[in-house]
Amino acid sequence: MPRINSPEELEKVRQEILSRRDPSKPCISICAGAGCLASGAGEVIAAFKAEIEKQGLTTEVNTKGTGCPGFCERGPVLVIYPEEICYLQVKPEDVPEIVSQTIKEKKVVDRLLYADPTTGEKATHESDIPFYKNQERNILGSNIKIDPKSIEDYLAIDGYSALSKVLFLMTSEQVLEEVKKSNLRGRGGGGFPAGRKWEGSRNAPDPIKYVIVNADEGDPGAFMDRALLEGNPHSILEGLIIGAYTIGSHEGYVYVRQEYPLAVENVNIAIRQAEEYGFLGRNILGSGFDFTVKVHQGAGAFVCGESTALMTALEGRAGEPRPKYVRSNIVGLWGKPTVLNNVETWANVPLIINKGADWFTQFGTEGSKGTKIFSLVGKITNTGLVEVSMGITLKDIIYKIGGGIPGGKRFKAVQTGGPSGGCIPEKLLDLKVGYDELTKAGSMMGSGGMIVMDEDTCMVDVARYFLNFLIDESCGKCTPCREGMRQMLKILNNIAEGKGREGDIELLEELAEVAVDASLCALGKSAPNPLLSTLRYFRDEYEAHIKEKRCPALSCKELIAYHIDPDKCQACMICLKQCPAEAVIGGKNRIHVIDQEKCTKCGTCFEVCPPRFGAVQKISGEPVPAPIPEDARTIVRKSKEK
Amino acid sequence: MENERIDQIIDKHQGEASSLIQVLLEIQCENRWLPKEALERVSEKLQVPLTRIQHIATFYKAFSLVPKGRHEIHICVGTACHVRGATRVLDNVQDLLGIKPGETDLDLKFSLETVNCVGCCALGPVMDVDGKIYGNMAPSKTADVIKNYE
Repeated sequence: MPRINSPEELEKVRQEILSRRDPSKPCISICAGAGCLASGAGEVIAAFKAEIEKQGLTTEVNTKGTGCPGFCERGPVLVIYPEEICYLQVKPEDVPEIVSQTIKEKKVVDRLLYADPTTGEKATHESDIPFYKNQERNILGSNIKIDPKSIEDYLAIDGYSALSKVLFLMTSEQVLEEVKKSNLRGRGGGGFPAGRKWEGSRNAPDPIKYVIVNADEGDPGAFMDRALLEGNPHSILEGLIIGAYTIGSHEGYVYVRQEYPLAVENVNIAIRQAEEYGFLGRNILGSGFDFTVKVHQGAGAFVCGESTALMTALEGRAGEPRPKYVRSNIVGLWGKPTVLNNVETWANVPLIINKGADWFTQFGTEGSKGTKIFSLVGKITNTGLVEVSMGITLKDIIYKIGGGIPGGKRFKAVQTGGPSGGCIPEKLLDLKVGYDELTKAGSMMGSGGMIVMDEDTCMVDVARYFLNFLIDESCGKCTPCREGMRQMLKILNNIAEGKGREGDIELLEELAEVAVDASLCALGKSAPNPLLSTLRYFRDEYEAHIKEKRCPALSCKELIAYHIDPDKCQACMICLKQCPAEAVIGGKNRIHVIDQEKCTKCGTCFEVCPPRFGAVQKISGEPVPAPIPEDARTIVRKSKEK
Repeated sequence: MENERIDQIIDKHQGEASSLIQVLLEIQCENRWLPKEALERVSEKLQVPLTRIQHIATFYKAFSLVPKGRHEIHICVGTACHVRGATRVLDNVQDLLGIKPGETDLDLKFSLETVNCVGCCALGPVMDVDGKIYGNMAPSKTADVIKNYE
């Protein structure tokens, strides 16, 4: 491919690509994102290739592995174009039928369609499925249409047209004004207005400037940046190049964690292709603007998601944050003005340029414009990535899109903002999603993790979990974070183990206050959030642990016990065989009893006991009933009495 | 690991001191741990003091200063897996193997690690052995997975 040297040539290349594509030719798009691959998408893709060849359809059908469309719960997901038929949970065995029925006969395979869990009504198209119907998929929507390893696919959906527009039809001032007008705020957590950040760097006198994509997505339970980088890497590069042009930078970095090998691979391929086509390198599209990008892999440190720590890591040192007396957009990487934005922020930029700030601001609330991608996970029926307009209520996300809580359980809380965020209780479910709204509720937007918790989740344990995580990830530079968190965890461990004392809650609050006030970076400052928000909304759970030595969610190992109800046990031997600790005593026709000494409280017996018996019970805050006497354990079955 | 190979990796990164982390990542990836001799070679070639290399090798989670087992087990303890019972899975694997996260068993068969999210939350709790993902894990299922590995 020769380099493209002008906007006219770009359009010619685009038209040429489109002319080679027949929109009526069947195309099978299979999600090849991490979630679907883990549920077997690789085998499905291979099966399609083999079957299509076997049936002699190679020239008549296209097959491609695409980016993640978000419905991980029902993976592997595929969409067949041009009819846009959406099949879920496809297995290699289903492939011959799909090819012979849907591709050849144009018939829909009913059993692979989405079925409404209550009405049983089938949905043929992606857009008919409630999970998708209630979303606003400005960014994620492209993922299923393109093979992330193909720049032609990106060009076919108008890719790099925003870059061409910026380089030839707009001055850098105009680009900045448009981004400022859009009020795009950082999608990585802090929510700082991107336009203002860019302006600071642009106005800084230093001639050498840098732009960085922050793809060090470390929040446990969040994977939207991964889906974007894996699924549509060119859109992020395009945003980055536009940003570089605006502030006058000629060198950029993509900092991506090495735990995301597919993202690293796809972004490297995308950079190579963009260089080949002339979207990167010297004299981009013949405009005279030069810009190069390098990929830097993170080596596994959560704190490196913090901007100054990330820059220190890029310099080849241990990623410790530094004080921000001067912001990094003025003094950043190697002391130069540096604009660092999150993956999703960059992905929004080409859209804002192409469609305009007015289009962008029609989505969202007063303070938070546009859409936001959340990863909706935990105790939720439809796990996956959801992109919604800011301002949607939590209730709509969890119930309309997420399909509510599985297993007839009761909703307890939703945790947003990752380890720096907080838990929002049921009474606040009408809260509108936005930066300021979430902060007011004691949580934060964060990068967009949304973890749903049900009645079985213990809030003391959740606070303990996040603190444990942060202690592991704290760089250890400043004392309130390093030592304060350790002390908080000690107290929380005591509470969860039934050794809590009066006054513990107050002490926790005091320690949290110091960590918030005196820590250097956002990690320490926000570390107490999960603790404080659970204390604010679920204080009674803490008190039950301390005063009654009871875990209301029946979750904390040290405070619960498993017990087999002798009246319900049918001596079916299932729990006895499955118990990994061999703690179930019993036998054929002998009522089973748990040896409390041996029991490791792994919960296997509770899970495997057939629901029609429901003999295994969890108890907390009360003594375990004494085992029934040996001679009363024999079950005499009626059929055998004769 | 041969010095020659280390030199190749360093040359690939133009021998810049700022590429230290990338160089170490590549050595870790190929050799699966960082032997002292390798670190000394990197220190010499990149003109970076060994203390700084040690700092980096211990700061970042991706690096190991001790040999790893033939199979690496990662138990995801991301929030989504956690609320779905990852701790019970982890406890069970620890009991089965007799090692804790970060440790390798004596015959170098398994290394056990926790990981903070592999991004397959729909399948949680998730266990990853040598890159293969096992979803919807439960304490009763771990033994069946582990016995497949020699």
